[in-house]
Amino acid sequence: MRAALPEAGHLHRGVSRRSITIVGASLAGLRAAESLRRQEFDGPITLIGDETHAPYDRPPLSKQFLAGEWDRDRLALTKPEKLSEFDLEFRLGTRATGFDLSTRRLSLSDGDDLEVDGLLIATGARCRTLPGTDGMEGVFVLRSIDDAEAMRAAFDAAPSRVVVVGAGFIGAEVAATARQRGLEVTLIEALPQPLGRVLGDEMGAVCADVHRDHGIDLRVGVGVDAVEAGRDGRVERVRLSDGSVVEAEVVVVGIGVIPNTEWLEGSGLEIDNGVVCDATCLAAPGVTAAGDVARWPNQRFDEIMRVEHWDNAVEQGGHAAMRLLQDDDEARPFTPVPWFWSDQYDRKIQLAGRIRPDDEMQIVTGSVDERRFAALYGRAGRLVGVLGFNRPRHVMQYKTLIQEGSSYADALAAEI
Amino acid sequence: MKIVVDFDLCESNAICMQIAPDLFEVRDDDFLYVLNEEPGEDRREALEECVQRCPKQAISIAE
Repeated sequence: MRAALPEAGHLHRGVSRRSITIVGASLAGLRAAESLRRQEFDGPITLIGDETHAPYDRPPLSKQFLAGEWDRDRLALTKPEKLSEFDLEFRLGTRATGFDLSTRRLSLSDGDDLEVDGLLIATGARCRTLPGTDGMEGVFVLRSIDDAEAMRAAFDAAPSRVVVVGAGFIGAEVAATARQRGLEVTLIEALPQPLGRVLGDEMGAVCADVHRDHGIDLRVGVGVDAVEAGRDGRVERVRLSDGSVVEAEVVVVGIGVIPNTEWLEGSGLEIDNGVVCDATCLAAPGVTAAGDVARWPNQRFDEIMRVEHWDNAVEQGGHAAMRLLQDDDEARPFTPVPWFWSDQYDRKIQLAGRIRPDDEMQIVTGSVDERRFAALYGRAGRLVGVLGFNRPRHVMQYKTLIQEGSSYADALAAEI
Repeated sequence: MKIVVDFDLCESNAICMQIAPDLFEVRDDDFLYVLNEEPGEDRREALEECVQRCPKQAISIAE
């Protein structure tokens, strides 16, 4: 049955669109626009982005850019000469402030009000912050290039200590880069192990060891009670829930993100921890969503997902763009195997699939001691995930097995 | 059509190998090998997906 459906990437003309408007000019939005052009959609495409910069790549911000190895020019998502070939209209430094599904009117922060035909929502997410830290000098989050530049300048000033709140992927990468720059780092995690909720406590403990081996003062199972500034408004210390106090000149907060959907309140679209879509990424007729902001049922895992990974933004951007040109009969469900990587110190951590802390887990190659291994995760007899530390080939080959619906037992026995 | 990989950028994430195992292979030494540098036009679509989805933007196509 699946074979009878059109393959991804083929030309669809089930629905003819005059124009397509993409709100959000970062990875998902840009790749969506490029997919439309590659599929020979030749109507006007407008991208609306709240940042003033041309679309840039965010993953290097916490690594090469923060380390001072790369400058802004290297971050372009698509080189300027290539970008101009796509003939896209960019309205940068402009925020969408409202949308009305019944009239299909989109309002912008510059006062403009447009009628849209096809609409793709890719407004991403923003960082959560700690209460009481708004405007406090020396406290940073990391999402945008401006955030990264400010943080880099703070690192350049050789602070006596950097406190990173949250040992998720962003926090871990910032901590690793700060150490690489020779700074003293305290990393604070509320859970018993870093990434415990994602990888389970056993693998979380491996991540904890990697941090400690690199000289990080890692504190787990403690929360932040308060971040305090001196009279000059600069941050001075962080008070933890176990009563301890850490002096800090720089505090980095990496405690997750919130999808940017406020502008869609009252739009007629369903909003619930993201823009709610059907299995094909359609939120309403002629409206799709992609990237961090999109929530949709991934039929492969029988789970409603909102995925904040780089690769998902690329893939879902393309899928949601094509969906705007398809009628309901030819639309395909979006069923990716989520995948991401995180580079910390000299380790490349990759995870593919959808794992839970209580899944079965077994190492299939390498060992935890050498910090080079691949581990498989199974649930109800099915292969649901693969975690790799410096094992990219294995991760990708097991990812293919997940895609093929392999059983856990077959995957364990597979010669990879 | 010629595949160009910038090996200074490549970090062997192996996404390309998953999309086009006939063109790319990451081996146990963690390095990427291009198996066929000049594939036929029928592989253009797959290759364009590799270009887009390479996390390091290390792959390009020379016409």
